[in-house]
Amino acid sequence: MIPELGHYALVLALALGLIQAVAPVIGARTNDAPLMGLASSTALMQFVFVGVAFLALIACYVTSDFSVVTVYENAHSTMPLIYKITSVWGNHEGSMLLWVLILAFFGALVGAFGRNLPSTLKAYVLAVQSWIACAFYLFILFTSNPFLRLEQAPFEGRDLNPILQDIGLAIHPPLLYLGYVGCSIAFSFAIAALIEGRIDAAWARWVRPWTLAAWMFLTAGIAMGSYWAYYELGWGGFWFWDPVENASLMPWLAGTALLHSAVVMEKRNALKIWTLLLAILAFSLSLIGTFLVRSGVLTSVHTFANDPARGVFILAILVVFIGGGLALFAWRAPLLKQGGLFAPISREGALVLNNLFLTTACLTVFVGTLYPLALEALTGEKISVGAPFFNLTFAPLFIPLMFAMPFGPLMAWKRGDVLGVAQRLTVAFGTGIVAVAATFAIAGRGSALAPFGIGLAVFVMIGAGTDVVERIGLFREPLSTVRRRASGLPRSAWGTALAHFGVGVTLLGIVSVTTWASERIVALKPSQTVSLAGYELTFDGLAQRTGPNYREAVAKFTVREAGVPVGVMEPSKRNFASRATTTTEAALMTRGVSQLYLSLGDTSGDGSVSVRLYHKPMVLLIWLGAVAMAMGGGLSLSDRRLRVGAPKPAAKPAMLPAE
Amino acid sequence: MSHRALVILIFLLSITGPAQAVQPDEVLNDAALETRARNLSRELRCMVCQNQSIDDSEAPLARDLRLLVRERLTKGDSDQQVLDFLVARYGEFVLLKPPFEKHTLVLWGLPPLVLVGGLLWLWTRARRHGSRHQAPDALNQEEQRRLSTLVDPAARDH
Repeated sequence: MIPELGHYALVLALALGLIQAVAPVIGARTNDAPLMGLASSTALMQFVFVGVAFLALIACYVTSDFSVVTVYENAHSTMPLIYKITSVWGNHEGSMLLWVLILAFFGALVGAFGRNLPSTLKAYVLAVQSWIACAFYLFILFTSNPFLRLEQAPFEGRDLNPILQDIGLAIHPPLLYLGYVGCSIAFSFAIAALIEGRIDAAWARWVRPWTLAAWMFLTAGIAMGSYWAYYELGWGGFWFWDPVENASLMPWLAGTALLHSAVVMEKRNALKIWTLLLAILAFSLSLIGTFLVRSGVLTSVHTFANDPARGVFILAILVVFIGGGLALFAWRAPLLKQGGLFAPISREGALVLNNLFLTTACLTVFVGTLYPLALEALTGEKISVGAPFFNLTFAPLFIPLMFAMPFGPLMAWKRGDVLGVAQRLTVAFGTGIVAVAATFAIAGRGSALAPFGIGLAVFVMIGAGTDVVERIGLFREPLSTVRRRASGLPRSAWGTALAHFGVGVTLLGIVSVTTWASERIVALKPSQTVSLAGYELTFDGLAQRTGPNYREAVAKFTVREAGVPVGVMEPSKRNFASRATTTTEAALMTRGVSQLYLSLGDTSGDGSVSVRLYHKPMVLLIWLGAVAMAMGGGLSLSDRRLRVGAPKPAAKPAMLPAE
Repeated sequence: MSHRALVILIFLLSITGPAQAVQPDEVLNDAALETRARNLSRELRCMVCQNQSIDDSEAPLARDLRLLVRERLTKGDSDQQVLDFLVARYGEFVLLKPPFEKHTLVLWGLPPLVLVGGLLWLWTRARRHGSRHQAPDALNQEEQRRLSTLVDPAARDH
């Protein structure tokens, strides 16, 4: 009964979605207020019904109803409750339902909180949002229905892939989807603006909070995925340039560019058309990201063709929304009124440069990820594009971008002064140089590039704080003045500083780990000791333990630093009988922001185990930097300026031809 | 090796189950050679995995390739010779960084092209706008006359 209820709720959501896809458009065309107002109610009700469907699916998993195909294929009755819930989105069908749930959630938010939007704009935005929703409802109902039943219910399920039974991966997809789907709002606003043929600074002000929120979730989601891969996959890497990761990085890069270009549009009424294009691209890349991961096209072009129904549907959705969006852009954008001009050396100019580098970086990832697929499809030749390619192409793009980053926020609007800004960055630059020298002195000449990396990171971090420090008069004014000014400073200024600071922190972590990480690969017998980076680890012995749905072999190690015990590390190998698979659970010991990483290999008959031991200096900074970036976004989002709606324009100006 | 020892060895090898990336027995005694082997391993794809280098992969094939790389290195091959050997054997698919050739032209060429093209476009645009900002065209005689009639009502009365 419950699965049928969920199924029915989803069909009702589709019906509401179809109404919302058509009625508001007619309302906006005929200036019919009740028809336009309908959209808000249907948006809220869509969220309610998709929510019911989602809860129904959760109920199926929690009660281990193996008569439902997806539950049978992805769950097991002995799984802990938390994984029973998270396995809802640990598979294709369920994750698509989560996708539409979040889409409906954002739609409902626009419906509920978009009161200050002009009524026609709001009607179009919600209609476009519903076009997307309907496409996905149909996709789920026709090709990926999570509520399908088996004729005869089996006694036991086939269990969730053990590698996914982890808290990190449990919250990673929802965060990522909040980011992906959040981009849909910017897309809907862009399409609505193109349909209306009108776009102004107020548009950027409405779009910015949504983009910022999506970007925050995307940042957090990517960082979470990276940390999960680091500790779960067992070889201590933090970024693999895997197509699945690239799929999430592309919308992030486009979203970051959009965030910055929307600032220019809001403040200076310039870069309008470019911002529109970025809004369309960011969501297009989110769509591509969702499908790259979900369709199996990445493994090979052939897996994709194996499931033609889904494959063709997916392609159709991509073509309609990406192709349609870009076609509409090509048709309508030239009719929009061009924005203001500005001198190249200015805040706007700096942000344009930022956009150029970020877009090129995004394009690099795009080409690198899809080139092998395209080449294979066209010529049958198989090539690989992996980490070495991306590392080589990304560094030349990101080094100048990071060097320029501290300059941007210090530059004046309209006409800036590079020399003046450079002067204000003297302290940051000096500290950076000192960091380079100090690193050379401590680490020796072993790696010539690393000290410059450290120097750049320090420059970015201090540079990020310079604006705030100057504006609140820190080190110059009495403390009371500083406090008064600090509370008066807009939160968005704090947000910018914190997010830019986070970029420096992440860079510091990456440079440190890639340069100074050390590693030992050894076979150890009980009571033998291995030492690395000033730590000694003694292997105390193996023990067997039983978990809720697995058995594990745990190796116990006592860790000593300079002879003093500092803790115990217990890496293990888990054996999941239901899937006949083994996972490696690495043991991590955090010392400050550095980590010891111990991963268990094979055990042999004589009681010895092979282990991989890593020392990862400052590795946590990589993710702490990302947390700082996301928090910076949050601070910016809480700025009063973004929450208070812009005043409505007095009258609707007629569409103006391009100059 | 006695027949019995061989059987035990095969048995032990077969029960080890899922192997792990780089195992202790693979590591070369020569540290410099081992470093080269590790660096090479990061450039080579495990062909049965999804986008993993043989350095990261746990697949048996990756282990075979790691051993092969080390074998070639101990025989005195240069890094390039090892890569060439593997490409000859397994095709370009084995390289994680594809070589710059005709069929990878777009892959390598597009990003720098877009960056340089974008910079040039911005530069020319800025120059054009800049010059317009600095020196607006002076008014011609006709415009000057119209202006004076507009600002000076006395002139209109004439």
